[in-house]
Amino acid sequence: MAILADRSTRLIVQGITGREGAFHTRQMLDYGTRVVAGVTPGKGGTAVEGVPVFDTVARAREATGANASIIFVPAAFAADAALEAIEAGLKLVVVITEGIPVQDMLRVVARAREKQTRLIGPNCPGLISPGEALLGILPGRVFTPGPVGIVSRSGTLTYEVVHLLGRAGLGQSTCVGVGGDPIIGTRFADVLQLFEQDPATEAVVLIGEIGGTDEEEAAAFIRRSMTKPVVSFISGRTAPPGKRMGHAGAIISGRMGTPQSKVEALTAAGVPVASSIDEIPQLVKERIGRAVAGRA
Amino acid sequence: MRLTEAQSKALFRSVGLPTPDGELATNPDEAGRIAGRLGGRVAVKVQIPIGGRGKAGGIRLADSPNQAAEHARALLGSRIRDYVVREVLVERAVPISREYYLSVTVDRARQSPVAIFSTAGGMDIEEVAEQTPERIAKQWIDIGLGLRDFHARRLFDEGGAPAALRAELGRFLSGLWGLFNRVDAQLVEINPLAETQDGHLVALDGKVEIDDNALFRHPDLAAMRSVEADHPLEREARAHNLAYVKLTGSVGVIGNGAGLVMATLDAVQREGGRPGNFLDIGGGARAEVVEKALRIVMSDPEVKAVLLNVFGGITRCDEVARGLVQALSALGGPRVPVVVRLAGTREEEGRALLAQSRVNGVESAATFQEAARRAVQLATAAG
Repeated sequence: MAILADRSTRLIVQGITGREGAFHTRQMLDYGTRVVAGVTPGKGGTAVEGVPVFDTVARAREATGANASIIFVPAAFAADAALEAIEAGLKLVVVITEGIPVQDMLRVVARAREKQTRLIGPNCPGLISPGEALLGILPGRVFTPGPVGIVSRSGTLTYEVVHLLGRAGLGQSTCVGVGGDPIIGTRFADVLQLFEQDPATEAVVLIGEIGGTDEEEAAAFIRRSMTKPVVSFISGRTAPPGKRMGHAGAIISGRMGTPQSKVEALTAAGVPVASSIDEIPQLVKERIGRAVAGRA
Repeated sequence: MRLTEAQSKALFRSVGLPTPDGELATNPDEAGRIAGRLGGRVAVKVQIPIGGRGKAGGIRLADSPNQAAEHARALLGSRIRDYVVREVLVERAVPISREYYLSVTVDRARQSPVAIFSTAGGMDIEEVAEQTPERIAKQWIDIGLGLRDFHARRLFDEGGAPAALRAELGRFLSGLWGLFNRVDAQLVEINPLAETQDGHLVALDGKVEIDDNALFRHPDLAAMRSVEADHPLEREARAHNLAYVKLTGSVGVIGNGAGLVMATLDAVQREGGRPGNFLDIGGGARAEVVEKALRIVMSDPEVKAVLLNVFGGITRCDEVARGLVQALSALGGPRVPVVVRLAGTREEEGRALLAQSRVNGVESAATFQEAARRAVQLATAAG
């Protein structure tokens, strides 16, 4: 079991003929993901890595019965691509593209909500259910199947944590990168809810960072309705206010988005916050043990 | 990208919102001439994109052209926080009876544009929000519907705006909303929005922040970026599409992925050091990018040691190692010691490349923590 995507997911790659799109299509196919179609306007009728290319998402869906899409379209056209996928009725849309204007995303997120499409990203590494499916740019070989769910605003930091968990013998159910932008389709609390309902997930690692209030909202959700243990890490504790730290969303503005507020909210919700990532595997182990003992 | 007051006010005027008469001056004589033309009392205001200019001594009142020139002489060329003052706005001082606050911005938590109004204008709005939240009214605007009349009615009703001003406030709000959309703003703010003694509204100060990611749609606005705004190394990094932030410590940090780089800065601090910068080489960086990154970090004289922390996913550790070796050979060896930690895709190849290259002053570390500790040691020893 996994959340969001598994072996049955039938994926469309929007922007498949681009450099990134073609490269990651190969990677995803190699991982075993069922990439059934690609979309690039004007390139319909061709193929990339043996995957048929269509001019529109609607045609691609009609021809292949796809139910999910991943977007590698350049920032200027990415919002339009996401809206096209939503309008075509796909239920899961993952936007990898970085640098999409915020006001474009406000419109896309609002539309996704209306149409009940699960939107992940933008500016995210995608998601992976180890052994099942890879919908993104995460390096598949780092991950192993297991009981730990991961939700994160950062790609490479996720690989670091997964690497450490792997060495401690802890595999993952699903890892979701929600993205580093200020306006994103799926937030921490949404993913926590999915993990709470997923029988294969026994504990969750939440990797947050400065900026916004997603971590605080996640803490409120955990306090209210989460029974599974959550362990967290917050990066950017040394970041100066008013500076964007690489991610468009990673900025302390005024009194908002400080690491202190996030750490306090999580701690108050009973979530241990690791001061260094190498503490995470031990924290997870202790809590999985406790959760299992509690059920016995 | 944050615009200056004068740039913001030009945008306000373009949507029909009144601002006091005024002009920019780049030298004292010019400031005096503008004051003479305006007549009476004027304000001389430094044009740099920061808040709290008044408190920082950047806004002065003058009663004569001579005094305006004197103020301009004192302000031009002076340094306020990180900025050198290159121009001042000389503006007619307007007699006012009350000050309000009005803005449109993006509410991240609600994922929606929001209009904000307060009768506590002229003050730091965050302070007002904290101490007297009842004096702040908010109205979230459905991005699909756009701003409707009822939004304005509710906002000014909730905010306790005087009845006689509501129609004019409505025109200001609709002007700001139009501007917010037209220029892809993250924030359009008038504070204070002043009520003049004859009962009209005028934008006494203004702040517009444009979404950097949307600048491709606004070449005219992109050209407004105030060049003094950033550290020279930040400008150079931006020209090379590198995410770089200058900090004040002695350990230069380079990594791939914003979250990882931030966590590396935190690790440096935990080991008792201070990071000198944030630099993300991004995903899938080629050797040339690594080379540029290293040159930028090393050209900061405050940096005494460099920590290169890479977890290879799409990024290949051998490419990173190649870039490092290229940069160091081109520089004729590292100016300061470099600690490298490579993990993930092609890490063995990367390590082997470093070992073969025999460049001096480069050390490998096996783990994240070890790398941070060693870099701090080296920086401290050199400091």
